[in-house]
Amino acid sequence: MEPLIQLIDVRKKFGRQEVLKGVNLAVYERKTTVIVGESGEGKSLILKHILGLMKPDSGKVLVFGKDMNKIGRKELKNIRSHFGVLFQNAALFDSMTVFDNVALPLRERTNASEEEIQKIVNEKLTLMDIEGSNEKYPAQLSGGMRKRVGLARALVLNPKIVFFDEPTTGLDVAKSNEIYRVFHRTQTKLAYTSVIVSHDVPKIFKLADYVALIHDGIIQDCLTPEDFQTSENPVIRDFVEKTMGLIYESEQVEG
Amino acid sequence: MIVMKLLEKLGDLSLYYINQIGRMGIFLVLVCINIVKPPYYKIAYVTRQIYLIGSLSIFVILFTGVFTGMVLGLQGYNTLRKFGAEGFLGSAVALSLIRELGPVLTALMVTGRAGSAICAEIGIMRNSEQIDALECMAIDPHNYIMAPRFIAAIVSMPLLTALFDVVGIFGGYLIGVVLLGANEGAYFQSMYKNVEYSDVSMGFIKSICFGLLVVWICSAKGYFVHLDRKGGFGAEGVSRATTNAVVMSSVTVLVFDYFITSILL
Repeated sequence: MEPLIQLIDVRKKFGRQEVLKGVNLAVYERKTTVIVGESGEGKSLILKHILGLMKPDSGKVLVFGKDMNKIGRKELKNIRSHFGVLFQNAALFDSMTVFDNVALPLRERTNASEEEIQKIVNEKLTLMDIEGSNEKYPAQLSGGMRKRVGLARALVLNPKIVFFDEPTTGLDVAKSNEIYRVFHRTQTKLAYTSVIVSHDVPKIFKLADYVALIHDGIIQDCLTPEDFQTSENPVIRDFVEKTMGLIYESEQVEG
Repeated sequence: MIVMKLLEKLGDLSLYYINQIGRMGIFLVLVCINIVKPPYYKIAYVTRQIYLIGSLSIFVILFTGVFTGMVLGLQGYNTLRKFGAEGFLGSAVALSLIRELGPVLTALMVTGRAGSAICAEIGIMRNSEQIDALECMAIDPHNYIMAPRFIAAIVSMPLLTALFDVVGIFGGYLIGVVLLGANEGAYFQSMYKNVEYSDVSMGFIKSICFGLLVVWICSAKGYFVHLDRKGGFGAEGVSRATTNAVVMSSVTVLVFDYFITSILL
């Protein structure tokens, strides 16, 4: 199967520090690929390269088979019209109401009438369980609600690929689970390809089709969650032990 | 060793500023393309920006305009009286305002009131990933955010300048004629005789150029806040960008005032 997104030997330097040292990754259609790794390893940076918000120093970022660094503004816009993005802090427009935030892509990118826009936005807000908050401003919402509004906005034009940058960071366990449920429900209904950057291990494994670990500037491997947890790769094993292992040194102490 | 480090720093700085000028140039071109090319900005966005940049500046323009006219009336009357030329007070006040003080002071006031707000708003949008979000939604920020602001500034500035000139002339009349006793007929007659169309058009051209300069510098400073040499993130980054935008706009307005005047005279 041809990958929908492919990163080939992507390198990126900031000053003298090389953060990405040859990243290779493939994302397949209708699959959920989760990028995990410790903080500061460059997980969000990979996302920014795929979204075309950043250019690599060398290497290729192919989306729908097209090199994101060699296409013009028009084609980039065309590719991005198939994207939906949920940013880490939701990136809602703080001077607009919830309704206007979700309606923005419809107003700017389609010729839909106000009636149609109202119908689609309400539909999406109901799907996210946040109907009734239409007239509120982002500052009046809780973190979890903001993320759900962000997700409603990302899904409003039924994108082919949805990107999630740390979707549960800063949320308590109940709110995180809510986001995961909403994600699962929407993906089942809308059948989009998703790329999730997260460090919510092991919970995120439940949603993933593939898990990729970034460490020391490269993707160590991209495996199914089961294979990832039993991998012989010492770096992956170390990561799994660190994130899923016991908190105390011996079972006796923990018991 | 020290020389090498100095040279390295100098090179770094030069590259940074060349980059910045290039970025700002490309930014201006992209905004101008988005103003004339479809998809067109929506008229509702432009009217909102005209309200924010233009209407909300009216009070400060009226206030500064009337006092500028008053001080011109006071100074002009006392100076002209020495030569027995009080009759020319009207034309002195009007020409100073229409050709120079009107466009320049209006531009400085708009920079302080609206330019700083534009820079801070766009800077915060950049730092809270709202601009990235727009780009990812395939909405061009040059079209959605910048084009309405540019048009609003170019439309508002000549109107605000005209308002400044009118209340300034009234301020000069108030002090020169009402308070100090210059001849009312002479005040308006000398103005009528000496102010020509070329003076008004010079003020008009200046105000449009200044409007473009102010909105360009202020919005570009906000848009590129994350690329600041000293680190443009967080509240401090935005505050530094806003200060830089106001200082740079004000200085540029004064420098361009000289060049535009020397070209048009």
